[in-house]
Amino acid sequence: MPDESRHILTSFEADLGRLRDMIAAMGGLVETELADATAALLSRDAVMAARVVEFDARVDAEERAIEQFAIRVLALRQPVADDLRQVVAALKVTTDLERIGDYAANVAKRTIILNEAVPAYPLASLAQMSRLVQENLKSTIDAIGEADPQKAMAVWRADQMIDDLYTTIFRELITYMMEDPRNISACTHLLFIAKNLERIGDHATNVAELTYYAATGETLPDNRPKGDLSATYMPRTDT
Amino acid sequence: MPEAAARLAPMAQSASEEPRIAIRNLDFYYGATKALKSVSIDFLDRQTTAMIGPSGCGKSTLLRVLNRMYDLYPGQRAEGEVMLDGENIIAPGMDINRLRRRVGMVFQKPTPFPKSIYENVAFGVRLHERLSRSAMDERVESSLVRAALWGEVKDKLNNSALALSGGQQQRLCIARTIAVKPQVILLDEPTSALDPISTLKIEQLIEELKRDFTIIIVTHNMQQAGRCADRVAFFYLGEVVEVADATQMFTAPRERRTQEYITGRFG
Repeated sequence: MPDESRHILTSFEADLGRLRDMIAAMGGLVETELADATAALLSRDAVMAARVVEFDARVDAEERAIEQFAIRVLALRQPVADDLRQVVAALKVTTDLERIGDYAANVAKRTIILNEAVPAYPLASLAQMSRLVQENLKSTIDAIGEADPQKAMAVWRADQMIDDLYTTIFRELITYMMEDPRNISACTHLLFIAKNLERIGDHATNVAELTYYAATGETLPDNRPKGDLSATYMPRTDT
Repeated sequence: MPEAAARLAPMAQSASEEPRIAIRNLDFYYGATKALKSVSIDFLDRQTTAMIGPSGCGKSTLLRVLNRMYDLYPGQRAEGEVMLDGENIIAPGMDINRLRRRVGMVFQKPTPFPKSIYENVAFGVRLHERLSRSAMDERVESSLVRAALWGEVKDKLNNSALALSGGQQQRLCIARTIAVKPQVILLDEPTSALDPISTLKIEQLIEELKRDFTIIIVTHNMQQAGRCADRVAFFYLGEVVEVADATQMFTAPRERRTQEYITGRFG
């Protein structure tokens, strides 16, 4: 939990508050970007997808603004203890949020191509996965806003379900490709989309880890439960 | 607007950043030794400017010029232009008493008079103004409130100022300075004799005072300059090496000498 006592220097207090607000605002932008990207994917809306691709520039600009502000706080305030952890975590969190934005934009780009090339493609599993990823991202951003280490840890644990779903989608898409080679290009795009969503989940857990560190001063253990088995999956073709 | 000030007007960065003090080509001599060499710098209205630099770089000398303290010492002289609201304050005709009311000074070690807390604040006011008892009470109270000391001393205004702690004494000196309603407040290492918490209280006070005054602070503590200054000036061997806003100064100074000094690679 954040320290309730206040700094003697009100301008320092204001700087830290502003940094929290900036991170929350960037988190909100990235949430919107991901929500729109998945909505565009599921509703096959190329116009909305194009808007998402454009929107990513705003997220990038916000990242630069936060970086500059955090560097200013480090240079002028020389924060220590929980203040230092908060500023360092903010610097790293923005990088993760920016990457999440990039993945969402990539989902949108592939949506545009899919819509042009293929009349229909299977989306039920992706819909479920994107819902989970969005929920996790939302909880992560709430955890930052509330500086709540317990909420952060819950996100950290919940990522395993996203990994499991990704493995399922991976197998499913390979099956489609094996059934009919004409599915390969669409399924390859869908595979990348699923991978993007899975990576977004990973970055959300990074943010959760940083939030936990900023709030408690302790790091979460390295052995986070992981469920993505696609790296070791090879379908049998000899039967 | 007097001619000299009009000439300097283009130096202001924007309408809201008018220089309160504009120094041009200032030389200062201690006898034959030149301590300031053609210094030109603006101190902007309602901003805090910190002067940093190694011992002997001229920053304290410049403070002494700004309220003509050097007048007390024969053999010391200043040449050039130090414009305060269009008036060259180092010109011979300058009314020193009026100047010192406009430019207040707080020293490194707290310097309370051996008098009551009330008298410490009222003393300077009496030199310049004739106030009724109630107006003086009001002035003393408002000055102590603004110096963030009122709450701690309001029940013992007649006690000796010497009984206060170091941090309280320094805030009393600030109250004494603002009681005469100056335009500029000079602070010469105002916290170097104080503990960290008293230091932060003074820094917070500076933050609040800059809304109404132009503040110039000399500090050996670079972190302090970062915490409380809008602009920072780096002095070296009697010259101004670089003046920049604090963020620029402490993230990407332009001059190599500044970089070396603030990162502790000097010499």
